[in-house]
Amino acid sequence: MPEVILKATDLVKHYPIKGGILRRTVGHVKAVDGVSFELLKGETLGVVGESGCGKSTLGRLLMRLEEPTSGSVEFEGRDMHKQSSSDMRRMRRDIQIVFQDPYTSLNPRKTVGDIIGEPFEIHPDAVPKGGRRRAVQELLEKVGLNPEHINRFPHQFSGGQRQRIGIARGIALNPKVLICDEPVSALDVSVQAQVVNLMEKLQNELGLSYVFIAHDLSVVRHISDRVAVMYLGKIAELGEEDEVYDRPTHPYTQALLSAVPVPDPTLRGKREQIVLTGDVPSPANPPAGCRFHTRCWRAQDLCKTEVPPLEPRPDGVGAHLSACHFAEVRAIIETARADNSGLIFDKGISDPAAPSDSVDSGAPVGAGAERTSLATADIADAGVDALRAGPIDHQVADQAQTVIRESDTPRA
Amino acid sequence: MTDQTGVIVAEGTTGPEAAETVGQAQSLTQEAWRELRRNPLFVISLILITVFIVMAIFPSLFTNADPNKAILKLSNSAPSKDAWFGRDLQGYDVLARTVYGARASIIVGIMTTLVTGFLGVLIGTIAAYYGGILDTLVMRLTDIFFAIPFLLGGILFMSTFPNDVNSSYWSVVGKVVLALSILGWPSIARLMRGAVLQVKPNDYVQAARALGASPWRIIRSHILPNAMAPVMVVSMINLGAYIAAEASLSFLGIGLVPPAISWGVAISDSLNLIRTAPWILIFPSIFLSLAVLAFIMLGDAVRDAFDPKGR
Repeated sequence: MPEVILKATDLVKHYPIKGGILRRTVGHVKAVDGVSFELLKGETLGVVGESGCGKSTLGRLLMRLEEPTSGSVEFEGRDMHKQSSSDMRRMRRDIQIVFQDPYTSLNPRKTVGDIIGEPFEIHPDAVPKGGRRRAVQELLEKVGLNPEHINRFPHQFSGGQRQRIGIARGIALNPKVLICDEPVSALDVSVQAQVVNLMEKLQNELGLSYVFIAHDLSVVRHISDRVAVMYLGKIAELGEEDEVYDRPTHPYTQALLSAVPVPDPTLRGKREQIVLTGDVPSPANPPAGCRFHTRCWRAQDLCKTEVPPLEPRPDGVGAHLSACHFAEVRAIIETARADNSGLIFDKGISDPAAPSDSVDSGAPVGAGAERTSLATADIADAGVDALRAGPIDHQVADQAQTVIRESDTPRA
Repeated sequence: MTDQTGVIVAEGTTGPEAAETVGQAQSLTQEAWRELRRNPLFVISLILITVFIVMAIFPSLFTNADPNKAILKLSNSAPSKDAWFGRDLQGYDVLARTVYGARASIIVGIMTTLVTGFLGVLIGTIAAYYGGILDTLVMRLTDIFFAIPFLLGGILFMSTFPNDVNSSYWSVVGKVVLALSILGWPSIARLMRGAVLQVKPNDYVQAARALGASPWRIIRSHILPNAMAPVMVVSMINLGAYIAAEASLSFLGIGLVPPAISWGVAISDSLNLIRTAPWILIFPSIFLSLAVLAFIMLGDAVRDAFDPKGR
């Protein structure tokens, strides 16, 4: 078994809600409420969940951009939140982050060379002074950008190119763990595939471990070895990618997966959709017992009082971690299967190194666009659904009004 | 984000010029500069300011007359070939007095802007970056200063530390600068605080933190460059206001006092003769208005260039 590189234990982050004239604390937003997991060396752990379920806060806790209310994060056996500031600086070389929005994650007043070179200035021993420019150019090449663009400014790049710059900054110090906080959510579908492919390539070359936070179920399935599903600050289900996607035992995971659009038009309408009632409860006042019981069609009295522990529960073939008292496998009809989306991803829209998403290459826009559109035509037709498969944020909320249930599901 | 795309679109529509600029490295500052050079307001105000600054440094370029040479028998004489702007009650050459008076105004304006800018940026940045109780204290302190009317505060300060004939030029100027700075820094500090609060949550600041950058490094290389634009614009506009405030204090007889030469002093001296010798009033007034206007126009032009929403 490969070694554990990053381990979160009972991680809790509560944000105080201040109210009144005296700014007294009147409550807490329980953004992350008891999250434990292990990240193994070289693996990708996907974290999925709706907006506001605490995914990004989790990422920031893992980076020590926030101090946890309680719990610990261990990196290679050392508790990150107990490190002195100088030890922490050293530790930051090994764990880095890629942000969601490529438009706010790059300082608009710095050149690309300054941005990617900043890690070397903060950690001067990483690369000797004379070799920094060369190192930055190598990084640019590694992420598929033209090394000659080192003196350009971020606003001269497209969203996909900017995200590559963010990735280059993240891997500059040769980290062991990269936290990816929705790295492709802000990108076009076609560009998403390029960036995901790039991240897989870098993982193979550099032996990185990823914590890949996203809300797109298909992208997460494609890149992840293991997947954690979060709901209201807690992990609902955690297991190998096929365990969670093919044999989900938690009702929330089942509902999420059933909302993924089917890429095959002939199958459309033939599968069953679980549409949840109501809204996600406020994280300031989460339901007692199981967090999901207010919207769960299988909830019973036990669920309202007893918090279900995240423990191995049988999934038909083996067992994986699930936090449901009544965990039970339920066949979810074909979603974006790995081989479907894999086909699209692996065939590649184009070589990720090719600057097909450049807008500023100087060539007339028409010619470049034509080339790209030819290359992306198939994907646009066949793959948009698959790639875009899980905008669950909206899906669940929009369809929340109606309930469609299987006739044999027990009603609470 | 919108501003950057806006900039690119704007470039694309300028025709052949755009083709050669695309592909070159262009910072946002450079693009703002390109925008500025095409703004006639900016060009006019820059020319005016250059003239006034040269006038402040080398007044003898603009007049051969000695501003301290009083010819009493020519008291109140009208503009003529010898004295283009006429002479005042003491027989001083009004042109020379006006030209030499630029120095006091420009020095007070620039020094006050520098001092308020430094204090305001420093205090505002620290308050916003560290937040908490420090922020609250600083902001309540600025509230106290805001409660004091600008001119009234200046009058209070200047009459507490009065000048006399023996005060040196620099101590008189220094006192005016100090009075205006004490009252002027809170507005800059507030502005800076707001700008820093806006920049601070950006992901690039978080990314620098994640890399282990020190607070000083984050402030210097990420926060300040992105938060300075509003302060620079307001400082330029304020520079004009400080010049006007200096003139007001001098007019009231508590700012600069003779023998220092200043537009405010000249305007004050001219009031009794406004009907018999209006040139004593008119020329310093025009110069004062032009100087104030130039700095305010410059500030406006710079604001337009840096604020893409106004385009």
